[in-house]
Amino acid sequence: MALLEVRNLEVSFGLRSGAVKALRNINFTLDRGERLGLVGESGAGKSVLGFSILNLIAKPGRITGGEILFEGQNLARMSARELRTIRGNRISMIFQDPMMTLNPVLTIGQQMVECLLAHRKISRENAKTIAIQKLKQVQIPSPETRIDQYPHELSGGMRQRVVIAIGLLMDPDIIIADEPTTALDVTIQAEIMELMVELCERNNVALILITHDLGVVSQVTQKAIVMYAGRVIEQGPTREIINDAQHPYTQGLMNALPQMAIPGQRLNQIRGSMPTLQKIPTGCAFNPRCDYVMDVCKHQLPGYTRSGNCQVACHMVAEMKRDEVSSEEV
Amino acid sequence: MNAHTLTEAASVADETGTDSLVQIRGLYKQFNISGDFLDQLKFKGGKIVREQSFVHAINGVNLDIQQGEALCVVGESGCGKSTVARTVMGLITPTAGSISYRGKRIDDLDDKQLLPYRKKMQMIFQNPYASLNPRMTIAQTLEEPVRLHNPGWNAQQVRDKVHEVMFSVGIDPSWGERFAHEFSGGQRQRISIARALAVDPEFIVADEPISALDVSIQAQVLNLLMDAQEKRNLTYLFITHDLSVVEHFGTRVAVMYLGSLCELAPTKALFDRPRHPYTQALLSAIPRLEDDRPPHIKLQGEVPTPVNLPSGCVFHGRCPYANERCKREIPRLIATDDGGQVACHAVEEGRIN
Repeated sequence: MALLEVRNLEVSFGLRSGAVKALRNINFTLDRGERLGLVGESGAGKSVLGFSILNLIAKPGRITGGEILFEGQNLARMSARELRTIRGNRISMIFQDPMMTLNPVLTIGQQMVECLLAHRKISRENAKTIAIQKLKQVQIPSPETRIDQYPHELSGGMRQRVVIAIGLLMDPDIIIADEPTTALDVTIQAEIMELMVELCERNNVALILITHDLGVVSQVTQKAIVMYAGRVIEQGPTREIINDAQHPYTQGLMNALPQMAIPGQRLNQIRGSMPTLQKIPTGCAFNPRCDYVMDVCKHQLPGYTRSGNCQVACHMVAEMKRDEVSSEEV
Repeated sequence: MNAHTLTEAASVADETGTDSLVQIRGLYKQFNISGDFLDQLKFKGGKIVREQSFVHAINGVNLDIQQGEALCVVGESGCGKSTVARTVMGLITPTAGSISYRGKRIDDLDDKQLLPYRKKMQMIFQNPYASLNPRMTIAQTLEEPVRLHNPGWNAQQVRDKVHEVMFSVGIDPSWGERFAHEFSGGQRQRISIARALAVDPEFIVADEPISALDVSIQAQVLNLLMDAQEKRNLTYLFITHDLSVVEHFGTRVAVMYLGSLCELAPTKALFDRPRHPYTQALLSAIPRLEDDRPPHIKLQGEVPTPVNLPSGCVFHGRCPYANERCKREIPRLIATDDGGQVACHAVEEGRIN
């Protein structure tokens, strides 16, 4: 059994103008110790997906369908009390901006101890020892003194290390990290990412990394999910997607990166921009921006086609696969 | 120390020609962070003393921006790259040093004298949500600079000009009556670019113009900037932290660390063979798509505070090659054999290559 299995997940936001589907028919699995990347541009729904795994979607949003099976238990149907034993304990979350995550009027130690005492029946001293040990794990120098400092006394990189330490406090099974290094400089980003991979490997923790940066996904994850307008459009092993993307949107994203173009030449841009959720085009949501658009793309939602070890939601890929099969039969 | 480096800067100015578009000479900028007079008074050793502290944002930068090039300034937060951009534009007055435009010194001019230069030099900011006035329509936003800089034009001429720039950045001129909030981030940044282009400038300072945008939109805006450069023969000073953009866009790259220039080189030379240890670390940290890249170079510690600058080379505390000399002596920019300049004792002495 997979550690986490998401089945046909649907999330809607009830707005005055009517319900808007933020996630449609999401399916994926995550094994113990596996690192998964959720990629997409702003508005793709990657953060909503990250939040809904812990059932943290705030009103007017709610999970309207599907299951989130964590070790067989459905998180989507759990009561708030049951969820509290999972959140921060078995599945923890790391957010983009460490200054927003940390409480500015409490010392780092107070915040860490508070979290430990909420989940475990241990003494304050024991909690502090664990906290110091976790700070050491994330390579914070002299954790014994740092633990009594306030967040503003630390640099951005150090703060994010503290947040990671808090995420690791309860030895969780899964860490969901939402753009954990986007606010940081490249050299710090590289260090933090390396640290996260190392910690996940050492403790056999699964990681769901939400990011817009394909470079980071390529460096860190084993499996990747590409999202567009609330839907998974391609998923599979990261290397396969990076080296041989099938969906025109994934290809477009990759080709738009400056490192894929010849210096001085124009970049390969994708025309237009991501639709808002109220105005998702019929058929394939990507069809108005797609270079390979066919008639069927405009009125029929593409199903998933298997290509290598990847699943792709694209009519063109489906057609190519059908042609391959029929030519084999002949 | 300051006086010494300043004369040194002046001698560098004499050596190089004056054919460059913009010249930055011996630029220093300090920000006073000690608060008002009462905040500055401290009680020490039985006496009341006045203490002031400064952020040393730029410490002796010399740069020449050549006509028609795209000079990229890169570095991490707090290295002074945006301060350089703003000082060049005259938005901040330098503490010491000079800025010249086509050989004419412009940093000591008053607003009125500066006006003709403002027409030639325009700026694009990072956040298109903050740099467009929410209460003005797009047409108003774009007409304002055109009217200011071309007082003789009639309403029709102004309108024609605005239509032309809107068209050139891919914004439908009929959208002029809309407000900024009706546009997406990418469209807003196009409008910011249109506003800069509306007065037919020669030189554009772009401070992280694509950092707030999505990947597919970044490509659109970057292409637009390259088109504009080609068609209008523009010169760019491009400030960014994204090295993969620099590799693609820049003709030359200036790497800054803690207010100092540590390396200046043609883009290809810099990426093929970074010389300064900091540049090497920075380049190795770019998240790449390829699987088989060499592991990134880890630096010790963190960027020190620009309030108390390290002695000698500002990078010595984190540099794996630092020795006694690096702690004592500020390295000067020396020419390298591939057309660049690097400020590093270790490179100069041949300890690293």
